[in-house]
Amino acid sequence: MASVEGSGLELTPAPPAPVLDVRAERRRRRRELFRALVRSKTFIVGAAILVFWVFDAIFWRAIVPHDPLGVDPIGTLKAPSGAHWFGTDNLGRDVFSRVLAGAATVLVIAPAATALGLFGGTTLGLITGFYRGWVDDFVSRIVDAFLAMPLIVITVLVLASLGRTTLNLILVIGIIFTPLIARTVRSAVLVEREREYVAAARLRGERGIRIMVWEILPNVTGPIMVEATVRLAYAIFTAATISFLGLGLQDPSPDWGLQIANGRAYMQVAWWMVIFPAAALATLVVGVNLVADGLKRVVEE
Amino acid sequence: MSAAPPVQTGAVEIDGLTVSYRRRQRLLRVLTDVSFTIKPGEAYGLVGESGCGKTTVAMSLMRYLPSNAVVESGSITFGGDDLLAADERTLRRWRGDRMAMVYQDPGTALNPTIRVGEQIAEVFRFHRGMDKREAQEAAAHMVSTVQISDAARVLRRYPHELSGGQQQRIMFAMALATDPDLLVLDEPTTGLDATVEAEVLDLVENLRDQFNTSILFVSHNLGIVARMCERVGVLYAGRLIEQGNAREVFHDPRHPYTLALLRCVPRLGMRKDSDRLDPIPGSLPPLGAEMPGCVFADRCPIARDRCVSSPPELMPVSEGHMARCFFHEEVPGITPMAAVTQEDAAPVPDEVLLQVSDLVKTYKFSGTEVVAVGGVDVEIKRGEVFGLVGESGSGKTSFAKCIVGLIDVTSGQLSFEGMDVSKPAGKRPGEARRRLQMVFQNPDNALNPTHSVRAILRRSLQLLAGVRGRDQQDHQMNDLARSVRLEPRHLDVRPSALSGGLKQRVAIARSFAGSPAMVLCDEPTSALDVSVQAAILNLLVDLQRRQGVSYVFISHDLAVVRYVSDSIGVMYLGKLVDVGSADQVFSSPHHPYTEALLSAIPTFNIDESRPRIKLSGTLPSATDVPSGCPFHTRCPRVLGEICRTETPPWQEDGVRHRYRCHIPPPELQELQKTAPEQAEDVVA
Amino acid sequence: MTRYILKRLGLTVITLVIVSFVVFAASQLLPGDVGRTILGPYASQQQVDALDKSLGNDKPLPVRYWNWASDFVKGDWGVSPVQNVEVRPLVLGRLKNSLYLGAFAMVLIVPFSIFMGIVAALNYGKTADRAISIIGLSFIALPEFVIGVILIVVFAVQLGWFPTSSQVPGTNPVDWFRQLLLPAIPIMFVLFGYISRMARTGTVDALQANYTRTAILKGLPRRHVVSRHVVRNSMLPTITVVSVQVGYLVGGLLVVETLFAYPGIGQLTLESANGHDLPTLEACVLMIAIIYCFANLIADLAYGILNPRVRVA
Repeated sequence: MASVEGSGLELTPAPPAPVLDVRAERRRRRRELFRALVRSKTFIVGAAILVFWVFDAIFWRAIVPHDPLGVDPIGTLKAPSGAHWFGTDNLGRDVFSRVLAGAATVLVIAPAATALGLFGGTTLGLITGFYRGWVDDFVSRIVDAFLAMPLIVITVLVLASLGRTTLNLILVIGIIFTPLIARTVRSAVLVEREREYVAAARLRGERGIRIMVWEILPNVTGPIMVEATVRLAYAIFTAATISFLGLGLQDPSPDWGLQIANGRAYMQVAWWMVIFPAAALATLVVGVNLVADGLKRVVEE
Repeated sequence: MSAAPPVQTGAVEIDGLTVSYRRRQRLLRVLTDVSFTIKPGEAYGLVGESGCGKTTVAMSLMRYLPSNAVVESGSITFGGDDLLAADERTLRRWRGDRMAMVYQDPGTALNPTIRVGEQIAEVFRFHRGMDKREAQEAAAHMVSTVQISDAARVLRRYPHELSGGQQQRIMFAMALATDPDLLVLDEPTTGLDATVEAEVLDLVENLRDQFNTSILFVSHNLGIVARMCERVGVLYAGRLIEQGNAREVFHDPRHPYTLALLRCVPRLGMRKDSDRLDPIPGSLPPLGAEMPGCVFADRCPIARDRCVSSPPELMPVSEGHMARCFFHEEVPGITPMAAVTQEDAAPVPDEVLLQVSDLVKTYKFSGTEVVAVGGVDVEIKRGEVFGLVGESGSGKTSFAKCIVGLIDVTSGQLSFEGMDVSKPAGKRPGEARRRLQMVFQNPDNALNPTHSVRAILRRSLQLLAGVRGRDQQDHQMNDLARSVRLEPRHLDVRPSALSGGLKQRVAIARSFAGSPAMVLCDEPTSALDVSVQAAILNLLVDLQRRQGVSYVFISHDLAVVRYVSDSIGVMYLGKLVDVGSADQVFSSPHHPYTEALLSAIPTFNIDESRPRIKLSGTLPSATDVPSGCPFHTRCPRVLGEICRTETPPWQEDGVRHRYRCHIPPPELQELQKTAPEQAEDVVA
Repeated sequence: MTRYILKRLGLTVITLVIVSFVVFAASQLLPGDVGRTILGPYASQQQVDALDKSLGNDKPLPVRYWNWASDFVKGDWGVSPVQNVEVRPLVLGRLKNSLYLGAFAMVLIVPFSIFMGIVAALNYGKTADRAISIIGLSFIALPEFVIGVILIVVFAVQLGWFPTSSQVPGTNPVDWFRQLLLPAIPIMFVLFGYISRMARTGTVDALQANYTRTAILKGLPRRHVVSRHVVRNSMLPTITVVSVQVGYLVGGLLVVETLFAYPGIGQLTLESANGHDLPTLEACVLMIAIIYCFANLIADLAYGILNPRVRVA
């Protein structure tokens, strides 16, 4: 390249720009993002709930007052009291301890399934959105087919066929999520690929993969994050529903869905068996949804 | 201010208007003490660059400011009524009745789910109490007033079925339905094709004769304002810095900013070899900046201590002409900064660089085939700047994309430096990519917002110039940055931290990383402010001379194209209709379309007004290109049958100019001495 | 417009074919052999094999698929080996019950949700808006069975106002409410959450659009601007969401029907999955898919009619 000397004469001096380097700027942006999130009350409340349950899922063994699996044939179906804050169930187990212990299962299955879906969905979304053409048409048809069958129905179908293991549950939910997440990613990619910086990359001779991962992906992380949190909430609720239907974890697991299913028979005499796990589940799902909403608002700014 | 004039309907008096926007607890000042009057029936132009506050003035007049806007002080009187104090109900009565507005982008301004006729009829129903039938009739009448033929059919159309020009006419129909006292126009022709723009402006002039409306014409385009308005006010950073009779202000500006603005816009007679554009150094003050002295002081060539410390008042220059400058008498004497010694151009061998043979590009849209480029032949030499001109539907963008390899070619030959480049960029030899690059229109979109400038340039150096190793790359990067007048501190930031002009410099640097032989510039300055455009154009011209690069330069602004280009090609509906040396293409004899395009440019010299050439009909759809000469449906010099049935041959006008027409050069030259019989003033 | 409809129809057919592949594949994987299920554990292996052969279960997969698919289209859905009745009337009967429940829920909640969404948008940023958004959000967040269980405990068990399990109601409208209200509520909650949110977003976008600015600057009364200019445009995305929700509805019914022991298609699906009742399971899933696709088609039609860009291409 012909090296060009500065002409010395600054005919068109460029206007002053803030003196920053990339790392400092990145830090500043993260701090701004953080501050924006913190300002959002929805995000704070949601995050607080989430943090509580994660903490519980990890450390429940240290906090439970009684053994969640500990049977007590004499003290069955006792109402909430000083000794048992949430009462006892039909086998005399302390409901409070079981509720605390139940978070762990859901908080393993749901995030794993979401991560699987995220990985698959992002890849699929990038490819279909970027290349379009027949690949896109073909995959879209399959996605539509998946959408035509409600998640629960497919999950029931698959678990009945392949067995009711946790791994299967994670796989099913994750695989179902893939096309759903791919859809969102695809929409975002469709917008970005029309931008001129993508054209400029093509003119440089960049290969497709490089453009997808290096140019486009960093610009669609916003919507992906929001989608991921929404899916997480959905995964939690699907996993619980599956257990409730009897297709997930089995006794004596303290899984919330299972507890509710078991408690149904005793609703007339021991409502606490059902209400407390239900409330726990509700707060967790609401928490995740609040976080998702807070993120969405910040991303859209 | 002078004594209040007698109360008349349509008279607008703005006095000391100060408006701020509230953003996160802070008040950012947008307008400061803006005062002017519009006499009844007068057209007052408000000019300025983006961010100067002119739209805020328009919106204040309509009382349609966003919720975070605060009118800190000032008053607006309209026909004697206090506009700022009016309540919602009164405003609703006045809007659409006494005052109306037309703004840009008519496509989105019309409701897509309501038929056009109904949208006009609404005004009659609600402001004149007419019933459905009467309102429809009145609407039909308005539609013909704005010169749309076949009113009954058009009334039943939806907005998306109309062309941009027609949509804007409908906007005018709605606005003038009730014969308002005041019409506020906010960039009404921005985004429209040149010929359509000219038509709309004609319409406005026409309507002014019929309705005696006062007009506030807001625009960044000085030429348009010069043509349309009696008086003009210039806004800079929210302050009115000059005001007066339009002719006087534009011929004898008395504020350094106005002068600079006039000097940095290329005008039709200017050439890159002899005239240099005069960009304005520095940049606009950020929104809400508090400045103790004159707001233009830091960019002003004649600024002194007094300017920085105390704010100037509006000083009278002559009858009705005022300028906000202590030293306005000195303004006529300011010499252009850029009387620069031209560096010697790099010597360039005289050979053909790019050869295009019968290039065809067609798109398939759900069954129908659209011919974007219908067989173009052209040769571009090394070191030559080839300007490409055409309106929407001309195919110039598709043509450019084919050359550079962003889309694939349907048929035809493209040969560049001996290499066959009929394939998309990814499949071309790397050498071809290095030597044939592009600069895009929108600098915000052209740089990846998540990469730093350094990363962007590094990648280009690596792929285009083959530079390996970080140290080598950094070293070359500094040279590259210097060549586009960027400083090292600009390198380590993200594009969002840079202004539009700086971003465009980065984009230019990126294209020049591999020492290209040809760069395609697709409207490189259209998205930039006028004062920045000049700097970028200068840069492009300099780079071109220094490196002997050739350009294919696309722009809708004919003056810019003429300024920059050595040769020019004019496209219409996918065909090249006029091509040759720039001088010859822009002077008679030339293709009737070129003739019409040139006549559409608004001129400053109101004395030397060119006769406007009106084209009849609208642009045909690309799916239905007319037979014979594609221009025959609108040509004001159409001969007759032959134009419809036979493809016009190339007429040679001297060595370096040819055009496609059935009229040979000598006759055409004769004909073009006078304006053609005006086409009937109706748009289908 | 006709082009648009035909295209949509074509896509629907393709989708349904793919669904049938998936259903067939999944059901083939169900453990348990059909012949064995019919004859029970005490029949000899020979008898089971003979039955399988006569049922055509030994033929290669594509042939079996084809036979099954063509039978289905012709209306021959087989016999349930578990309940010993013909599948088609069983499934269709249950489908009808589910449609009652679904329609009941939709009629009650869809117009209300749209209305609330618009109200929220018109009060953008104010208390009404936040309240509606938060309520909607909480409704989406709660799994249906959680809501259902709480409802049963409170209203059926403690207060005794409703039965704890629901039957198909008679013609008496009061009976409709008695039987269907509790199971409908969890569904209505979720529907409200999604529909009101989309109606709100659609309306907010329309309010901020240029054409609304034009309407206001023409001095048109606010009510007219909202009803004539804004709503039409905000309904376009809302229609899409409503149709997606119908799809959700059918799945959501599965949980609710099981919880309330309501004899609908959802409950049948679960039963047949657990009981390895292959033909019934296949038929159920296929019917659900068909209903969903049909609802989508109607939504596309409505969208095409409402959007002049499509209607008058």
